[in-house]
Amino acid sequence: MKKLIYFFLFLSPLFLKAQETFPENGAPHEKEGHFAFTNGEIHINSDQVIKDGILIIKNGKIVDVGDDLTIPASAIKINLRGMHVYPSFIDLQTSFGIPPAPSPHRPSKEQLLSSKKGPYSWNESIIPEYRSQDEFIFDENQAKKWRNIGFGTVLSHRRNGVVRGSGLLTTLDNSRPHLSILNPLASSHLAFSKGASNQTYPTSLMGMIALIRQLYLDGEWYKIQGNEKETNLSLQAWNELQNLPQIFEVGNKLEVLRAAKIAKEYNKIYIIKGNGTEYQRADAIKKTGMPLIVPVDFPEPYDVEDPLNADLVSLEMMKHWEWAPSNPGILEEKEISFAITSAGLKEEKKFLTNIRTAILNGLSEKTALDALTILPAKWLGEEDRLGQLQQGFLANFFISDHPIWDEEAQIIENWIQGNQYKVQDRPNPIVGNSYNLLIGENSYEFTVPEKGEKIKLIDEDSASLTGEISMEFNRVNIIYSTPQNEYIRLSGIAKGDRIEGDALLPSSESVNFVATLQKDNKSEKVKERTESPESDKTPLLYPFTAYGRQEIPEQKTYLITNVTVWTNESESILENTDVLVQDGKIKDIGSIRKPRKAVEIDGTGMHLTPGIIDEHSHIAISRGVNEASQASSAEVRIGDVINSEDINIYRQLAGGVTTSQLLHGSANPIGGQSTLIKLRWGMTPEELKFEGADSFIKFALGENVKQSNWGERNTVRFPQTRMGVEQVYEDYFTRAREYGENKNGTKPYRKNLELECLLEILKSERFITCHSYVQSEINMLMHVAEKFGFRVNTFTHILEGYKVADKMEKHGAAGSTFSDWWAYKYEVIDAIPYNAAIMNKAGVNTSLNSDDAEMARRLNSEAGKTVKYGGLSDVEALKLVTLNPAKMLHIDDRVGSIGIGKDADIVLWNGPPLSNFSRAEKTFIDGRIYFDREENEKKAQQIKEERARLIQKMLQAKKGGKNVQKPQLKKQKEYHCETIGE
Amino acid sequence: MTKNYKILLAIIISSIIGANNTVTAQGSPADSQSLSMALQGGTIHIGNGEIIENGTVVFEKGLITYVGDENQQAEKNIDVSGQHIYPGLIAPNTRLGITEVDAVRSTRDFAEVGQYNPHIRALIAYNTDSDIIPTVRSNGILLAEITPSGGIISGQSSIVQLDAWNWEDAVYNSGSDEYKPAGIHLNWPSPYKYDRSINATTANDSYKENVDRIYKEFAEARAYQKIEGTPDPENLRFEAMAPVFDKSVRVFVHVNHKKGILDVIQFGESFGLKIVITGGNEAWKVADYLAEQEVPVVINATQRLPQSDDSSIDQPFKMASILEDANVLWCFSHHGSWEQRNLPFQAGQAVGFGLDQEAAIRALTLNTAKIYGIDQTLGSIEKGKDATIVVSDGNIMDPQSSIILHAFINGRTIDLDNKHKELYRKFGSKYGILD
Repeated sequence: MKKLIYFFLFLSPLFLKAQETFPENGAPHEKEGHFAFTNGEIHINSDQVIKDGILIIKNGKIVDVGDDLTIPASAIKINLRGMHVYPSFIDLQTSFGIPPAPSPHRPSKEQLLSSKKGPYSWNESIIPEYRSQDEFIFDENQAKKWRNIGFGTVLSHRRNGVVRGSGLLTTLDNSRPHLSILNPLASSHLAFSKGASNQTYPTSLMGMIALIRQLYLDGEWYKIQGNEKETNLSLQAWNELQNLPQIFEVGNKLEVLRAAKIAKEYNKIYIIKGNGTEYQRADAIKKTGMPLIVPVDFPEPYDVEDPLNADLVSLEMMKHWEWAPSNPGILEEKEISFAITSAGLKEEKKFLTNIRTAILNGLSEKTALDALTILPAKWLGEEDRLGQLQQGFLANFFISDHPIWDEEAQIIENWIQGNQYKVQDRPNPIVGNSYNLLIGENSYEFTVPEKGEKIKLIDEDSASLTGEISMEFNRVNIIYSTPQNEYIRLSGIAKGDRIEGDALLPSSESVNFVATLQKDNKSEKVKERTESPESDKTPLLYPFTAYGRQEIPEQKTYLITNVTVWTNESESILENTDVLVQDGKIKDIGSIRKPRKAVEIDGTGMHLTPGIIDEHSHIAISRGVNEASQASSAEVRIGDVINSEDINIYRQLAGGVTTSQLLHGSANPIGGQSTLIKLRWGMTPEELKFEGADSFIKFALGENVKQSNWGERNTVRFPQTRMGVEQVYEDYFTRAREYGENKNGTKPYRKNLELECLLEILKSERFITCHSYVQSEINMLMHVAEKFGFRVNTFTHILEGYKVADKMEKHGAAGSTFSDWWAYKYEVIDAIPYNAAIMNKAGVNTSLNSDDAEMARRLNSEAGKTVKYGGLSDVEALKLVTLNPAKMLHIDDRVGSIGIGKDADIVLWNGPPLSNFSRAEKTFIDGRIYFDREENEKKAQQIKEERARLIQKMLQAKKGGKNVQKPQLKKQKEYHCETIGE
Repeated sequence: MTKNYKILLAIIISSIIGANNTVTAQGSPADSQSLSMALQGGTIHIGNGEIIENGTVVFEKGLITYVGDENQQAEKNIDVSGQHIYPGLIAPNTRLGITEVDAVRSTRDFAEVGQYNPHIRALIAYNTDSDIIPTVRSNGILLAEITPSGGIISGQSSIVQLDAWNWEDAVYNSGSDEYKPAGIHLNWPSPYKYDRSINATTANDSYKENVDRIYKEFAEARAYQKIEGTPDPENLRFEAMAPVFDKSVRVFVHVNHKKGILDVIQFGESFGLKIVITGGNEAWKVADYLAEQEVPVVINATQRLPQSDDSSIDQPFKMASILEDANVLWCFSHHGSWEQRNLPFQAGQAVGFGLDQEAAIRALTLNTAKIYGIDQTLGSIEKGKDATIVVSDGNIMDPQSSIILHAFINGRTIDLDNKHKELYRKFGSKYGILD
């Protein structure tokens, strides 16, 4: 039998704890905040639960917790029968109480340096000196939103810049900030986001990464010797932040890997705040060992009723809708540590609902609780006072009417530092009860509804009357109408098993009524789930997009028989020949008996060539191909921003491409470091990299670097003429030489990643691919190189290469050009399609490249054009896109020809490979079939079916009352040399 | 060295030394045909889907007088055995001669200010002396549509032949002296638009409004034509639209999405216009309907990327064969100016993905002529038609074999030299690599 104690007294105002530094105005009115919570189920943490426990708090802290405690007489007792008590949640990713940074504006001319006054970083997006504590103002409206969904403590920082400064840790207790702020300097924050900076640098993600790298080095330098040379408050602040938890916000799963890579380089642990797509690369993320913060802002289904608009939504987005709630569960399964944040949710009420959905999709209740309590507390070094309901911990806990992960659970109150915050009225204790009602002679049965006010009074003949019930404290009102359409009003008091009071009849008379408890439904309630776990999900794909694959293709032994082999070796073309591929290599060529385990591929009527190598590509790059802000950006690395999920990788495999050099763009004379990949569709960015390849860098000349076609805004950056371009090189190489001398000396020096890179060029440890057009500038760069004692490895574009082919040959430079582009800007006015043939014949190692995601799909027939324009032989023409670029990239010992021992990077064509009537049937890399035309047709069919299935599911969701979002098309940006911005 | 190349080299070098063992090009523009000519022994690709092996074409005074496999002699006979004879290719929807260097503003003459510019004539800006034109002509493209762009109605386009003294000389009017545009170009509003706030494309909420505006403009233009007497004041824009309402001038509607294509067909019907879908990236989705409605399509370049990540990776390559199989009247096109020299390779790309060889040729010649209403005189090698013919050493649609040996426009022997060949000769001889 339960007592009707209305324990949810609203204890107002907040009790004010001792506040020693404050003067008193009048007699002090201090309260101890001494409470004893009894009979509730106390979840000390995810492992320890005390049924019918007692929790005693005083002065904002937990004094004791247990199941058999003496309750001090001075404690206010609160009965929590049927209730659950949990440690309040902790959110690591908020900007609570912090004013946002001003929006960036676009200056009328490029802003090359920081506009911030004072001894701070040269770059506006590096703001380690920013302290959240300086601007923090407790915002009750915001606080309430978090408290209502169970949070008691938040870490707050300003989301502005790549290096964002420090965060502060505060509870959501709105008494005095002196008490609620637990740690004013709690964390250090970073992000791949430029924020409000108006400065040009960085214009790309790789620029941001370079900035962070150099900052670590500068921090060290400043500690040791830099502070004697200059005062730099940013570096000083940066150094001070290093011992704090480092929280890094990223935009997607690949950025998790990128942040983790930086962390490893500088021996850091980042707590990485992801965007909920981590499950798509969970294994790779697991390997980083970095903890995560993940959101639960699962996407709403798309409104796919209009079939034409539905076409906008990609399979990736549809599938993500289906898989997103599994993200936490998959991370748990992979044993990746993670905290959960409410960040990103449009409606905070979705927070608990979405976690419950995640639980239906594989997340355990224990991990869910840990991710909101004990883990974030630990990461902040607050594990001794936050995240659990232990003695001595802060009295931060919330009370719910059911176990919190039950669908019907509601948070009733959230207590923070011993202060009570009501979230909603606790359901009246009589809710759910069934009563037998006696009014005079009449007898009815009714049940107090869980929701709403409607009740039915059922008489002994099972006839029913409808009425309404309302309650306040222990007063109960019932109104119902008789069959004669007269209203009868009851007004009574609930006490124990009975509700007693007066019934006011239509006639103005009143009689007594008594309602006696029949049964207490609540205790019998069985847990019910309305939603069943998603069971019809199709497997994850790598990458998580159309044409992604479930597994990396197997490295089998293949025997390709009776095929025409374009070897690119001394024997040139071999007809009716067999090629054996084993362990990823070309094992044998000739007339071969099929090894037992080999898979035979009939090559009759077909042609086998080395895989196409695209010397100049900008596919598979995330967030900017140009760090376009300065004349030199030698410090940036395309290898940092490889996008393994780009569909163009797959499309180009279908064009026979197996290796691509991913180049920085051509926006500045000294661009960024290149990376070489094999198109291993499905693998991670690091796994795409061509192992052991030499290092290259992109340089550029001409109109792009002097910003000729960028409009009037861009007329301030040096250089603006070809004259200036030469001096950029003279200047930088001179500085690099001096840097090298310093480095070899005995004095300490500031390590500079830009000059390190240039020094590698001087030492011929890194090689230049230079975007170039007209003969004067080509000539110039060869002179600069010779003066500084190195050689230009490759001129790319090189549309006037035919004018200086003799000089290039003498210098030893290779030329990688377009087959027939011209007339798109002034510097290509003399470009001719005979260029490749002339250079080739003049002894220059020549290749054809794409610089274009579309053209790269048909470089074979682009090579065919040199038969028409300049009369190259078929064999020479094919070499332009295979062996010659392999030589340029110093990988001809591995690829570029079909010879025994070479990598099995080969393409099987259904006709002569230079013809545009022919197409690649199979593309092998490392002896694995990465593209197969038959399999491709199957995939296309699967995509159709999969879309249809998901569309049905979304339609059902919409018809079932789910909110939907507008269909949308998200496209990976296509980059060319001159693309500026992300 | 390949056989093809030897022939080509012979032509290139012949220009230097003045000797000529084939046909004497008289420089550009060429004189009108004086001697009757016979091309003997080649494979004739008529342009209508048929071929004649080992055939002969005879032409006189600019017109074709014989096509067949009999031995015919003329005043001048050219042995083209082993070679391929095609109707001169026609390039639709180009910027040839109205832009020289894309990045240099002063050479860009293709887009005028304003939304409704039906009175604008691209022909007026057409520069017959553009250095680009000979590089296109020497790949077998002998006619092109000079097309304005920008705004909603971009203006009037014209078909020109690519060997002319000036625009008057260039314009191709099928024998008529009166100026008549090839078409009026209308840019249909996009049903989708990019939303910066979410970095994605969504349905365009103002699409219907934008379409309504076009309806209104056309309704007013049509009403204007019915004003009795001379309108006061005269509306030059509406005047220019008169011929679209009597169907004597086609409306080329640039539209790519299925939704837009369906709406354009409805639009054309409600104003009684002769509509040509231009671009039509998603035309393959409504191929049967286009065939049924007899709406022709000028398709965008074959060599482009698929529409979305989910699209079939070969979808742009396969588009042509889908339209062909559905019996749509369609033709190839390529964007821009200098790019036109790659028009035949757009067709070749489609051949690799299921399109019949001769159907591909038809979509570079006769289909194009039909779509532009000039098939009475052009587009195929048939008796009575213009002797606008090109001879290629190998298949004209495959870059490695597309080596153009002869070209004739109205029987005139066309100069196949160009700036690029000149520079090749100049620097090739510097390095001694021309032998």
